[in-house]
Amino acid sequence: MSAKISYDAVEVGTELPAQVFPVNRADLIAYAGASGDFNPIHWNEKFAKEVGLPDVIAHGMFTMASAIRVVTDWTGDPGTVVDYGVRFTKPVVVPNDDKGALIEVAAKVAAKLDDDARTVRVDITATSEGQKVLGMARAVVRLA
Amino acid sequence: MALDPSFVGRTYPPTDPYEVGREKIREFAESIGETNPVYTDPEAAKALGYSDVIAPPTFVFAITFKAARHLVVGDPQLGLDFNRVVHGDQKFTYTRPIEAADRLTVITRIDDIKSLAGNDVILISGEVRDAAGEHVVTAMTKLVARAAEAEESR
Repeated sequence: MSAKISYDAVEVGTELPAQVFPVNRADLIAYAGASGDFNPIHWNEKFAKEVGLPDVIAHGMFTMASAIRVVTDWTGDPGTVVDYGVRFTKPVVVPNDDKGALIEVAAKVAAKLDDDARTVRVDITATSEGQKVLGMARAVVRLA
Repeated sequence: MALDPSFVGRTYPPTDPYEVGREKIREFAESIGETNPVYTDPEAAKALGYSDVIAPPTFVFAITFKAARHLVVGDPQLGLDFNRVVHGDQKFTYTRPIEAADRLTVITRIDDIKSLAGNDVILISGEVRDAAGEHVVTAMTKLVARAAEAEESR
């Protein structure tokens, strides 16, 4: 494991490069196949509306997978992630058009945890249509 | 009817080994739009010190949730109605990333059961170990089962 970011080079408040992840209906079908989660709320508009959702929604785990990319692209090595957790607060609604939805992810170093293990806690913010879609999204990563 | 809290601590037998394939990792990585070569190119993975391509951090959920769904949701004594379940929280604690050719087993355990505002909240952990018995990652999944009454009166 080898992060390209040095523990000594970051401080509390250091911002990671933010990213925007587009997601459309085809992406959800691909994710359903790859993950084995075929819940129809992620691909069947009629079903989604019948259970009270505004439209088809992205898999929570798709959003979780997208959000950590801001961290793993920053360290370069995904194996540097020691701990990662989120709360699913709002769904990412994915309309049936040529654009789909956007998941906007920002993150910053919230704490330097251990000078010997060189671990930091990164707090992540993920929004779609201006709504926070993840709560308590935090990762612990080991830096170089 | 609320879930029986005496199920807290119930541990299910280990799953049969799941053999991690390079192409399954590639399929998963592509499905989340990943471009990091450490997921698809063994040479890129070796350059970072791994013996083969590694899996994205959330890849393991497919394995642990399948076990949880089969064992916990499928436990007739517990009586959790999957149609009322939503995914509340998810957390992973890693010892190391999953690599292609890993043979992984999951030990699934009910860590907590609570009733909040008529909803059942159940916390399930899936402890993932490799063929040598070494810890790889633990997935902690919080499921919320909405109250059946509220569902019916809607």
